[in-house]
Amino acid sequence: MVRTDVQLMLDVKAGDGNSFELLLQRYRTPLVNFLFRMVRNREQAEDLAQEVFLRVYRAREDYVPSAKFTTWLFRIATNLALNSVRDNRYQKLEVSIDAPVSLDAEDGDERTMDVPEKHPNIEQHLVEDARRKMIRHAIDKLPEKQRAAVLLHKYEELDYAEIAKILNCSESALKSLLFRAYEALRVELAPLVAQRARQ
Amino acid sequence: MESRILGYVDGRLKESERLEVEKHLAECAPCCLRVNEFSAVAGLLDELPLIEPSAEFDTRVHARVAAEPQPKAGWWAWMHFSPRIAFAASMLLLMALWLGYRTGTPIAPTIPNDDQAMMQDLPVLEDHDVLQNFEPLKDLPSPVQSDDDSDAQQPQHM
Repeated sequence: MVRTDVQLMLDVKAGDGNSFELLLQRYRTPLVNFLFRMVRNREQAEDLAQEVFLRVYRAREDYVPSAKFTTWLFRIATNLALNSVRDNRYQKLEVSIDAPVSLDAEDGDERTMDVPEKHPNIEQHLVEDARRKMIRHAIDKLPEKQRAAVLLHKYEELDYAEIAKILNCSESALKSLLFRAYEALRVELAPLVAQRARQ
Repeated sequence: MESRILGYVDGRLKESERLEVEKHLAECAPCCLRVNEFSAVAGLLDELPLIEPSAEFDTRVHARVAAEPQPKAGWWAWMHFSPRIAFAASMLLLMALWLGYRTGTPIAPTIPNDDQAMMQDLPVLEDHDVLQNFEPLKDLPSPVQSDDDSDAQQPQHM
């Protein structure tokens, strides 16, 4: 029988290290992906994901299952990501005085990550690469809170109530936030949207 | 309708809500277009691949967890058995008892029983000496001896 997240966390609280290991296995990939899409840097995303697990471990003794485990977990992750995004923004502002950062330099991590090992057609690969870049840049251009809402909604498939708790807003405010985010993405990705809508 | 379009696209609406939206979409071309476009956006977002954490990720988490200090003990933790603390506490207790006994009891040398009895009679003996050497008493006439006393007492003046 598969133990729920809350059961595992209560076992961690009771001193069971194996349960912490199970939570780590269960959530490391979703967390790293969420954080990577938030901060756009793989190394930083992994550091932040480690920090999330560390904070979960530190809080084990005070853990009370008052909310869903994923709500708590992604709330920690979202707060860390938002802080990191803000810090990075200031750092980039400082760096840009002496050495402006190009878009290609920002995409360095993406390029190494997405290149398929054996692509049948280099032209097709370049087209797909360009599409992904456009999609990533469209997500990056979203305000931080809208970006977090889209990522939690689309990729983590959390329900509205959970995301609202994570972002500390009402459900109706969240729906409005998501609508505006999808509107912005629709405009930013208009050529791809039209192309896809025709298919 | 705005708040329901995304839920409709994602299939997260209740059955009754879904039917209401579909009824509206059948009559509203702009909303219908918006649903198609949002579906296209959702499809585009699906094109982004997942990444896997690096091979060192778990090792780093384990190392950071292992470096965490042990949880702080509660106020009652001092009661937990510890040989060193127990030994130190018992030695302290013994020393305190010994010191208390020494300071609380007056220092008295051991006195043999005969001498102790004599010391208890000292006031009486002192009175006897005073009376015997008291000059004015010597000038007094000898007491008249009764017949009863003659057997019991020796005459003072021979």
